[in-house]
Amino acid sequence: MKKLLALLCAAGMLLSVAACGNNEEGTTNEDGTQETASSDIKVGFIFLHDENSTYDKNFIDAATAATEALGLTSEQVMFKTNIPESEECYNAAAELAEAGCDLVFADSFGHEDFIIQAAKEFSDVTFCHATGTKAHTEGLSNYYNAFASIYEGRYLAGVAAGLKLNEMLANGEITEPKMGYVGAFPYAEVKSGLTSFFLGARSVCPEVTMDVKYTNSWFDIAAEKETANALIAGGCVLISQHADSEGAPKACEEAGVPNVAYNLDTRSWGPNTALVSSKINWEPYFEHIIKATMDGTPITQDFCGGLKDDVVQILGLNEAVAAEGTQEKLDEVKAKLISGEIKVFDTSTFTVNGQQLTEYMADVDTDPEFTPDTQVVSDGYFHESEMRSAPYFDLDIDGITTK
Amino acid sequence: MKKKQVNNHTQAHEPVFQVVKRDDLIWYKSWGVRLIAIVIALIICAFVIVLLTGYDPIKVYSSMLNGTFGSTRKIWNTLQKLAMLLCVSLAVTPAFKMKFWNIGAEGQALIGGLASAALMIYLGDMLPNAALLPIMAVASIVAGMIWGLIPAIFKAKFNTNETLFTLMMNYVATQLVSFCIVFWENPKNSNNVGIINQSTMSGWFPTILGQKYMMNVIIVAILTVAMYVYLKYSKHGYEISVVGESQNTARYIGINVKKVILRTMALSGALCGVAGLLLVSGTNHTINTSTVGGMGFTAIMVSWLAKFNPFIMVLASFLIVFLERGAGEIATAFQLNGSVSDILTGIILFFIIGSEFFVRYKIHFRANIKEGVK
Repeated sequence: MKKLLALLCAAGMLLSVAACGNNEEGTTNEDGTQETASSDIKVGFIFLHDENSTYDKNFIDAATAATEALGLTSEQVMFKTNIPESEECYNAAAELAEAGCDLVFADSFGHEDFIIQAAKEFSDVTFCHATGTKAHTEGLSNYYNAFASIYEGRYLAGVAAGLKLNEMLANGEITEPKMGYVGAFPYAEVKSGLTSFFLGARSVCPEVTMDVKYTNSWFDIAAEKETANALIAGGCVLISQHADSEGAPKACEEAGVPNVAYNLDTRSWGPNTALVSSKINWEPYFEHIIKATMDGTPITQDFCGGLKDDVVQILGLNEAVAAEGTQEKLDEVKAKLISGEIKVFDTSTFTVNGQQLTEYMADVDTDPEFTPDTQVVSDGYFHESEMRSAPYFDLDIDGITTK
Repeated sequence: MKKKQVNNHTQAHEPVFQVVKRDDLIWYKSWGVRLIAIVIALIICAFVIVLLTGYDPIKVYSSMLNGTFGSTRKIWNTLQKLAMLLCVSLAVTPAFKMKFWNIGAEGQALIGGLASAALMIYLGDMLPNAALLPIMAVASIVAGMIWGLIPAIFKAKFNTNETLFTLMMNYVATQLVSFCIVFWENPKNSNNVGIINQSTMSGWFPTILGQKYMMNVIIVAILTVAMYVYLKYSKHGYEISVVGESQNTARYIGINVKKVILRTMALSGALCGVAGLLLVSGTNHTINTSTVGGMGFTAIMVSWLAKFNPFIMVLASFLIVFLERGAGEIATAFQLNGSVSDILTGIILFFIIGSEFFVRYKIHFRANIKEGVK
């Protein structure tokens, strides 16, 4: 009898403690959502550089916004900046896991193998990685990839560029609509981006051609500026670039050539030449993975957001530079891209070596021999970012010349 | 030892102060000066922290300690970084002691790492680790040695400027790595090699007592002692210091200066090659152009700070690594960016390097001088 009483007492005390806990946490939300769990979740972020790099700033801003929106306190969020693509990335991930993080995110392509190494060791921690390619083949239950169908944004930016070229042709400012593109490496992500930009421009300006020059660096302000200048000297009348530094926009402002940027609004660098920019907004993804970790719901293994979920955005349309009616046209094309009426890589809109594409085996599953393993052309279009989130469009289409 | 003291105090215009070279300070006095410098630096840093960020400086300092020693893993990571920086510092030391300005440790280590990576990739599936690791070690050492010898040959034969030459060799090494990455990258054109032999661990240093960095630490510890003995007690070490003090004196007493230059740079390059091996096979298991990460330059500071004494280099490397790891930790704990950490590191290094001035010189103010005259 005494034992039973003691047990009851203990149970009562436990309940009251639990009730107190609930009271404290439940004050902010009365709608009964699972937000109470946010009190014990911890999230770690690994960034290649700090916010002085525009690439990482895009992630850092989104991470800050997402964690604030979900009500996480600063004790629940850990940022590790300036983490190179080496063993230090594994060490950073392991230190975050040991510091109690339930979720660890890394933002650079070269971090992938080291995050996988950490994911194998810390099986109760969730690891997410942007721009990687291995989540769907690695077979880990706690490792996830993410990217965006940024080709939709590049396509829209291309439409704005094409309209601008039309205006310049009509004004007699130019006779030959040739664009220039400052690439990073001839990697699928870059090729997919520059091809969709070109196809967007050609959808409104049929005679357009494009020269591409690679800097062979992901971030080199001086080389990007020089390359942009070389393209302009070669007769290009509009420039876009893969990278998000000020190199190409500033070269364009000096030369008075319109520029289409990436990931940030460049109007402050080029008030007279910055045309428009496309961007990946990572905030919805961060909210998705943090919420899923809080609620114990599954995370998309290979997340690929697009225009429809506001992951791909168009920003900084410069009224002073853009042709008349650009905004209306962009709204129209955007709606059609979302509805599926327009496919960016519609095989009827481009040729490769003079031939229309009817089939293409892409290297979707990463292996050392680059074995083409997946059929990606069907229903009249190239299925970019559908088999895995990271782009795999690596064809050289007619009309684009690599210099 | 020339004394700069000026004794013509009869002149009307005496300087306000004079800088006088000290005789060697007793060890506890010189370390006292250094300790005072660190304390003043920490106090000034505390002011900077409060003024710029409003955080409690004690909390910031304790977080720096936590970043360095906070857990077993953190201690091992600190030891590993300490070992790497120390290894490159040991490598540049004989060259600098000889007053051969080897700015090329970065490239010499990178080329050593490149040799290791190439063998891991091409022989990883063919040879067992027991055979592969020694081959990798020899290849890295030879690669680093060649990279160090090329500028030395030109210096010895044609008296070319070794500072520029070794510096330029860094760029050649970087470009060579970029070139090789084209063959090794995965996926195609991504400029990323990824972890080499991730599943087989072929060509990786073995773990010792369950610690994967133990072998790095042991190798560097042995090198530290060996370098101390070499510089202090061997004939080679003596020749290096004579050539460093005066090449003419060296020639006069019959030292073959060319031979010493070549031999010493071969040693310096070879040790950089070892550092490359430790970085690729013992740590990162991958290669890219930033594998050495500027250590080739930081090592020069470590070597000079320690006045070429390998044991003091342990302390100097530790100081740099502590500042670096601590800076990373406060960036995480307080969400400050790297700039604040850089400011603090700058202030602390400024005071430590500045303290060496007061260890070597004393300042006489005018009043003191007059007193001295009386």
